Amino acid sequence: MALLEVKDLQVEFPLGRKTLQALYGIDFALDKGERLGIVGESGAGKSVAAFSILNLLSKPGRISGGEILFEGRDLSKLNDKEMRTIRGNRISMIFQDPMMTLNPVLTIGTQMVECLKAHRDISSAEAREIAISKLREVMIPSPENRMDSYPHELSGGMRQRVVIAIALLTDPSIIIADEPTTALDVTIQAEIMALMLELCKTNNVGLILITHDLAVVSQVTERIMVMYAGRVVEEGYTQEVIKNPRHPYTRGLLKALPQENRPGQRLNQIPGSMPALDAIPAGCAFNPRCEFADGDCVKAVPDLVGEQGHRAACVHVDRIPAFVGAGGAE
Amino acid sequence: MSDTGAVPLVEIENVEKRFGGAGGFLSSPQPVVKALNDVTLTVPKGEAFCLVGESGCGKSTLARTVIGLHPPSAGEIRYRGKRIDNLSTRERRPYNQKMQMIFQNPYASLNPRMTVLQTLEEPLRIHRPQMSDAEIRDKVHAVMRSVGNDPAWGERYPHEFSGGQRQRISIARALMLDPEFIVADEPISALDVSIQAQVLNVMMDAQKERDLTYLFITHDLSVVEHFGSQVAVMYLGTVCEQAETRKLFSMPRHPYTQALLSAIPKMDGTGVNHVKMTGEVPTAMDLPKGCVFHPRCPHAMERCCHEVPTLKQNGSSQTACFAVEEGRI
Ligand SMILES: Nc1ncnc2c1ncn2[C@@H]1O[C@H](COP(=O)(O)OP(=O)(O)O)[C@@H](O)[C@H]1O
Ligand SMILES: Nc1ncnc2c1ncn2[C@@H]1O[C@H](COP(=O)(O)OP(=O)(O)O)[C@@H](O)[C@H]1O
Ligand code: SF4
Ligand SMILES: [Mg+2]
Ligand SMILES: [Mg+2]
Repeated sequence: MALLEVKDLQVEFPLGRKTLQALYGIDFALDKGERLGIVGESGAGKSVAAFSILNLLSKPGRISGGEILFEGRDLSKLNDKEMRTIRGNRISMIFQDPMMTLNPVLTIGTQMVECLKAHRDISSAEAREIAISKLREVMIPSPENRMDSYPHELSGGMRQRVVIAIALLTDPSIIIADEPTTALDVTIQAEIMALMLELCKTNNVGLILITHDLAVVSQVTERIMVMYAGRVVEEGYTQEVIKNPRHPYTRGLLKALPQENRPGQRLNQIPGSMPALDAIPAGCAFNPRCEFADGDCVKAVPDLVGEQGHRAACVHVDRIPAFVGAGGAE
Repeated sequence: MSDTGAVPLVEIENVEKRFGGAGGFLSSPQPVVKALNDVTLTVPKGEAFCLVGESGCGKSTLARTVIGLHPPSAGEIRYRGKRIDNLSTRERRPYNQKMQMIFQNPYASLNPRMTVLQTLEEPLRIHRPQMSDAEIRDKVHAVMRSVGNDPAWGERYPHEFSGGQRQRISIARALMLDPEFIVADEPISALDVSIQAQVLNVMMDAQKERDLTYLFITHDLSVVEHFGSQVAVMYLGTVCEQAETRKLFSMPRHPYTQALLSAIPKMDGTGVNHVKMTGEVPTAMDLPKGCVFHPRCPHAMERCCHEVPTLKQNGSSQTACFAVEEGRI
């Protein structure tokens, strides 16, 4: 059995008289030490999916169906106290903004020691030692001194390293990272991604990496899940999906990338934009933007079809032409 | 693309920009931020001239200085050979029509209380008083169509649009006075991939149809490679390399450019293989002596710590680096 198994997860936001549905039953699984990427444009439901796992949905969001099985236990049924034994302990979360994790008025050392002592029965001295070793693991220079620093004394990249060190403190089995490098510069992004990849590999930690950047996902993850309007539209082995996308949305996203187009030429664009939750089209939600859409696409929501290593939810999956990037077009 | 021999459209010469220092009334002196240090760039007509570099390196400051939103602390900006950084508001007016700016955040740059129509009409009403209402209406509709927005949306307000539509409205506004030169400061950075493509297409179409010259600022190198004809790489307020885009990407010379290009995530499944730099990015308040890049540079030698390298032609690019000059890179 997989370490984490999300089954038919549904999330909704009751707003006054109407209720908006944000996730329409999504399924995914993560094995021990596996790295999964979740991609899709803003509003697709990536963060909602990730936040549901740890019961971090912002009000008034609620899980309205499905199961989140972690080591066989359904996390969606846990009370707050039980959840605290999982969150930040067995499953850690890294946000885009490091200050979602860090307390501005406490030193790095104090925060790390408190975090450890909340989950382990150890002395402050022991906790301090572990904290320093984790700061060293994330390549923070002179970690002993950094223990006494406040978050604002560090650069954005260093702060995100500290957050990674905190995420690793309790030797979790899964780290969920929601756009961890989106706010950072490309050279710092490369350093952080290389670091996360290596740490996950050496410690056999599972990773759920949420990002809108297909290239980052392709560098770091083994499997990928593409979301659109609250559903999974394609999933499979990362390189397989990226080299041979089967869903028109995934294909369109890849074709829109500058690096997949001849320099100076118009980019292949997808018309329109992601629908709002109260305006999700019937049938395949992508149909108004899809170049392959016809009458069949509005009749029913297509199921994910294909083999376990690569599935796509498109009525016309057999008709979608092979993807040819810039390399092939030359 | 560029008309060789002719006067370049825009020249930025030895421009410096410092913030702070003096300290206001009753306040202690502010630390001096050296945002631009001796920046010299030439933008020939017809180019899509890209400016890249990491946050805080001075891209927006340079954009604002060029467009006249703040004066340089030293140096000159010239437009078609005429110095424009020291003009009075009145003398500046004709240039304000020729030069337009597009910002990263269209939410902040569009007036929320004006309809799209009012926003687009405004520049014409101010600068083209001779135009009739019908002419103005026609022009607004034509420009809206050219950026891919439905003219029927004219009565709506900015908040009713998606991010991409809103950015196309700001592009439309920038195009209303038929400018020659557009400074675009990270115009697509806040947008999703599919929307980035839409907006970049609009900008490329406009360039072709209107013979525009762009100074295009971004931190996304794949966009530069696709869109730019020339590129200048900035680091801590200094231009470290400038070249034709193709040449810069096929043979980056400056060690910072090399590190920057190696950090672009690639989709070939080879993992992360970037050139590692040492140390942290210093701040513009505390610039390193000598070459601003030397504390992080894998090729730094004694000389780099106290002498400042200047941009020199080295093969296919202009590079400010002693290691390149000495043939060590
Ligand atoms: N607290 C909330 N109340 C209402 N709608 C929400 C809330 N949080 C998220 N949503 C909506 O849910 C959808 C998915 O959001 P999200 O998961 O944040 O997308 P993303 O893929 O960009 O991470 C969006 O349409 C968003 O507006
Ligand atoms: N109005 C200002 N006052 C003081 N410092 C400023 C001001 N504008 C920019 N700076 C500083 O100048 C440097 C360059 O900033 P900026 O041009 O915004 O960089 P970029 O656009 O490349 O991210 C930064 O150190 C920034 O903090
Ligand atoms: S001048 Fe020296 S320190 Fe500066 S980039 Fe070149 S080699 Fe590095
Ligand atoms: Mg999100
Ligand atoms: Mg800027």
